[in-house]
Amino acid sequence: MLKKKDIIFENLYRKFSPYLSAAKERGDWKNTAKLIKQGSNKIVEIIKESGLRGRGGAGFSTGMKWSFMPKKKSREHYLVINADEGEPGTCKDRDIIRNEPHKLIEGCLLSGYAIQSNTCYIYIRGEFGEEIEILNKAIEEAYKHGLIGLNACGTGWRFDIHLHLGAGAYICGEETALIESIEGKKGQPRLKPPFPANVGLFGCPTTVNNVETIAVIPTILRRGASWFSSLGKPNNTGSKIFCISGHVNRPCNVEEELGVPLKTLIQKYAGDVIGGWDNLLAVIPGGSSVPLLPKEICESISMDFDSLKEAGSGLGTAGVIVMNKQTDIVSAIRRLSEFYKHESCGQCTPCREGTGWLMRMMKKIELGDFIPEDLEMLENVTKQIEGHTICALGDAAAWPIQGLLRHFKNEVLLRSKKHYVA
Amino acid sequence: MTSSFKEFASDSLQPKEFSFTAENLREAKIVLKRYPKDYPEGALMPLLTLAQKQSKGWLPKKAIEYIASFLKVSEIKVLEIATFYSMYNLSPVGKNHIEVCTTTPCMLRGSDDILKVCEKFLNINSGSVSKDKRFSLTEVECLGACVNAPVIKIDQDYFEDLDSKSTLNLLDCLAENKTVKKGSQIMRRGTEPVRRK
Repeated sequence: MLKKKDIIFENLYRKFSPYLSAAKERGDWKNTAKLIKQGSNKIVEIIKESGLRGRGGAGFSTGMKWSFMPKKKSREHYLVINADEGEPGTCKDRDIIRNEPHKLIEGCLLSGYAIQSNTCYIYIRGEFGEEIEILNKAIEEAYKHGLIGLNACGTGWRFDIHLHLGAGAYICGEETALIESIEGKKGQPRLKPPFPANVGLFGCPTTVNNVETIAVIPTILRRGASWFSSLGKPNNTGSKIFCISGHVNRPCNVEEELGVPLKTLIQKYAGDVIGGWDNLLAVIPGGSSVPLLPKEICESISMDFDSLKEAGSGLGTAGVIVMNKQTDIVSAIRRLSEFYKHESCGQCTPCREGTGWLMRMMKKIELGDFIPEDLEMLENVTKQIEGHTICALGDAAAWPIQGLLRHFKNEVLLRSKKHYVA
Repeated sequence: MTSSFKEFASDSLQPKEFSFTAENLREAKIVLKRYPKDYPEGALMPLLTLAQKQSKGWLPKKAIEYIASFLKVSEIKVLEIATFYSMYNLSPVGKNHIEVCTTTPCMLRGSDDILKVCEKFLNINSGSVSKDKRFSLTEVECLGACVNAPVIKIDQDYFEDLDSKSTLNLLDCLAENKTVKKGSQIMRRGTEPVRRK
C-alpha cells in the first residue's frame, strides 16, 4: 500500500493549481540545477538503478533505453514525449498534463539532458483542448522563469520544448508512427532497425518516452534510486497511476505501488464492482490491447508487469476495465474489434485486412449467426495477424479476442443460433 | 463507425478561395520555426489544424491547395494527411460539432444511450449535420477520459460523467445559447472517486 509520503502525483485530483508557484510548493523545480550538474551518465545510472520501466505499455527499462543513444553527439539528439494517450481504458497522462504539468516539463529537461538533447517535442493528442492550453501556459512559465530555454536553470544547457498536436490517430502512440507524424507524414510505423536511438526524428538519434515515465524522473532523482526501488516488487519497482473504469461504483484514477492486488484497486479505491464482488465477470487489466482475465484470476492477481504476463495478460498502460455479470462480453469485445479496424494504419496486409475480418466475424457472433467451427477460424485469423505486422497494433487487435475465446468459449458457443443445425 | 465528414463537400459548398488571415499567417510563421529548416513539412499538421479552425471546423479543397503551396509540397501529400487523421473534416460541420465516444469503456457505462439521446434531440443520425446547420453529430473512438465515462466532446471541450438526463440538459442549453458547464456533469473536479446516484 502506497504511503502518503511516497505519493509522487500529489495533485492528481486537481486540488491545487497546476501552475508554477503551486508546483514549486509541491517540490517541483527544487535544486534542478544541482541534479543536472551530476552529469548525464550519473542520471542514466540512477534511473537504471531505480528499475523504472516505461509507463506507456511495453514496460521496457527507461535507463536502458536512454543508454542506447549515441555517447558522442555528432548530430542533433531529440527527446520526444508520447502524450498521444488513446488506449481505451487509459486516462492517466491527461491527469498529469492538466494537473502536474511542471513535473512533466522538469522531467523533460532532466531526461533531455541525460540523453544530450537540446530539443524536445511533446506529441499531445489533438482532442485534449484544455490540457493543451494548460501545458502551453506551463511551458511559457518555465521559459519566462529561465527554467528552460537558452540557459536552463542557469546551467548553461539550452533546452527547448515544442508542442506538436496530434489529430486523432491511435496508431501515433506507436513510437515510430509518432515520429513519422511529427515529420508531417501519415502515422505509419517504421521497420526496425534502424532504431530511433540511431535514426529517429528528422533522421537524428531520438528517444521516445511516455508522459508518466518522464514525469516521475525528477522525483526519482531527488529521492534516490533506492527509494523508488523500495516501492513495488523486484523488477516491477515504483508507483504507477491506475485507471479503473467500467462497472465499478466509483471509477477513478489512483496512484499505487506496482504489485497492488487488483481486488484492492477495485474494492478499496473504486468502490467495488457494481452489484458486489461476486457480480464480477471479467477485467481487462492493462488497456484494451491486453487479454481479459476471468473472475477466478482477478481474485488473487497482483498488478505488475511480470505477474500479469504470467497470467497470460499484461499490465500495459494499467487501464483497468471492469465488466460485471450484466455485461454482454461478446459486444464489449466486438466494440474493441471495431476500434482496431478503425485505427489500423493500413500499412501491413495482415492487420489491414485482418482487423476487418475480426470485426465482421465478431459482429456475426454477436448476432448468433455462426457455427461452432467459425470460432476456430476466428482464432486462426487472430494467429495469422499476431506477430506478422510491423507494429503491435496487429497483436493488440488479436489479443482481446484470444482472451475471450480462452476464458469464455462456452458462453460464446451458447450464442450460436445455428448450434444444432451445424 | 464511419464519418461522412471524410468525403469532400460538394462543389456548391466549396469556397472559391482560401488564404490565412493576417493573424493566422503570423501564427503559421511561428509554427514553422518549431521545426528544423530542412523539414518544413513538420508544420503540415499544425497548419492544417489552423486552417480548419479558420474555416469553422472543416477543410475546403482550397485550404488544402493553399497549405500545399505554403509549404511547397504536393497537394496529394496534404490530402493524404487530411484523410488519414480523423480530426480533419473535409465537409462542413455544424456550429457545434458533437462527438460521442462509444468505445468499450464508455459503452459499458451507457454511451449507446447517450448517442440515442443526441440523435433524437438533434433529429439527425450520427455522421450528419442538422438542417439548420446548427449541430453536427458523429461517433468517435476513445477520447481518453475513461474513468469519467460516458464522455462527449463538443468543439474543444469535454463533457464527462454523463447520463441521459444531463446530456439532454446540455443539448438544451446549447440550443438556447445558454452557457454550459464544461467537464464533469456531476460534483467532481477530475478523476477522484465519488459516489454516484
